[in-house]
Amino acid sequence: MTTPTSYDVHAIRAQFPILSREVHGKPLAYFDSAASAQKPQAVIDAQARYLSHTHSNIHRGVHALAQEATEAYEGAREKVRAHLGAASTREILFVGGTTDGINLVAQTWGRVNLSAGDSIVLTRMEHHSNIVPWQMLALERGFDIHVVELNPDGTLDGDQFEQHLNRGPKLVAFTHVSNALGTVNDVKHWTARAHDAGATVLVDGAQSVPHLAVNVQELDVDFYTFSGHKTYGPTGIGILYGKEALLDAMPPWRGGGEMIGTVSFENGTTYNELPYKFEAGTPHISGGIALGAALDWMNGVGMASLTAHEHVLTQHAHARLANVDGMRFIGTAPCKAGVVSFLIDGVHPYDLGTLLDQLGIAVRTGHHCTEPLMDKLGIPGTVRASFGAYNTVEEVDRLAEAVARAAAMLR
Amino acid sequence: MASVIDERQAEIADEFAMFGDWMEKYEHIISLGRELAPMDPADKVDDNLIKGCQSRVWLAARKNADGHVTFTADSDAIITKGLVALMVRALSDAPASDIAGANLSFLDEIGLHSHLSPTRSNGLQAMVKQMKLYGLAFTAGA
Repeated sequence: MTTPTSYDVHAIRAQFPILSREVHGKPLAYFDSAASAQKPQAVIDAQARYLSHTHSNIHRGVHALAQEATEAYEGAREKVRAHLGAASTREILFVGGTTDGINLVAQTWGRVNLSAGDSIVLTRMEHHSNIVPWQMLALERGFDIHVVELNPDGTLDGDQFEQHLNRGPKLVAFTHVSNALGTVNDVKHWTARAHDAGATVLVDGAQSVPHLAVNVQELDVDFYTFSGHKTYGPTGIGILYGKEALLDAMPPWRGGGEMIGTVSFENGTTYNELPYKFEAGTPHISGGIALGAALDWMNGVGMASLTAHEHVLTQHAHARLANVDGMRFIGTAPCKAGVVSFLIDGVHPYDLGTLLDQLGIAVRTGHHCTEPLMDKLGIPGTVRASFGAYNTVEEVDRLAEAVARAAAMLR
Repeated sequence: MASVIDERQAEIADEFAMFGDWMEKYEHIISLGRELAPMDPADKVDDNLIKGCQSRVWLAARKNADGHVTFTADSDAIITKGLVALMVRALSDAPASDIAGANLSFLDEIGLHSHLSPTRSNGLQAMVKQMKLYGLAFTAGA
């Protein structure tokens, strides 16, 4: 059991300066990429190079730096378009992150299209960022939220999904990959079924884009979001993809410079064309450029190689951890990506995470911003080990040994 | 003149100084958690719940005739419970005004100060705050 031989994990690790750190006197084993991924030198350099050589405000200005900065930023937008397989850069919006993107859709498309008597469909496994914006809007607009529950293995209850679709919801919003369970949902299938029912579809891609190749046209989703910082890029930047016809029909969200056509006190103000209609003010220019560099980096490794490597790690983690007394895996879907969530009988996840930290192993514990899921499962949270391009089989062995040692202390 | 709380803190620091490495310290904390006298079930209610994001802590306080405050506490995470036990040992059955003004430096001295930082979502910081508030309230004669 090994990663395909063309994947040189040590050469990849060497590109991540932070991985040479020690924590509590031990080498860092970073198993928290689902919370945020580490950054390769190429991404750090791209951001630093922009700030050192190219920085200027973009989209206006006649001088050379303004032109270079604009080309770099818009060049990054084109990289995102190509990476997602979108038809046009008019469909690629730079936003603050996945959370920001979902709030944008809720406050524009949602505000126009959802009111009392309407319903939307969410799922039990959603991250708070794909729940709370809809709850906030529902309080104002009066529509209902129906929840698709889960099977014991952490997959969506397909029968119930169909039942909810039968009610003719206006929107179906769900995650591509669960950050708590690792479940990979069949986005193409459920998008088609939702469209058959007349619904618009928003998919949270925060945990999929770092791990899987995604083609938004093939999936036929209406909205798709992801975050730069989970895909080896910087924080504070993300992408909202939307079909052009939908984005055209939506009112703008934030008002200000850049998103306008003309501004007048006397004659009214007009708005800019896509994508700028939704990009008010000076953006996170260095962030957008670094996000483009992060996508270049991932494609340099190869998405298929990344997916395969992480699959090996996930399988290995399951196999090694299964031998620990009292082990209970949370999320056992046949199709999973990049995440192993677990509990040890009689042990609070927080305690386990504390002791793993002492051994230099970074995992995340708690409800992972999926409190409705944890409540339904009747657990305070889980211990979650999540994998990235730089994790090794040896690190997974270290994790399993540490879990066994910590569990013995705590049981 | 050192208060009774400061004396207890010094004892705790001495006790921990006997342990060589972090693993021994945590084993000791875990055993302290296991030994902590159970709370009266009537006190283990939501009103006494101090919510950290991850581990829950319950705290009850009673003022005695001599002006001392008795604390009982519990947590659903055993390491937190061990640290809770240390807090109770340091602060319980002490004058209310001493509790209100206590400087809990012992966690620094035993090398576990990060457990009390506001960024740690284990409910411990909130519990200490609540213990001091009780001290303040009981000093005022409430």
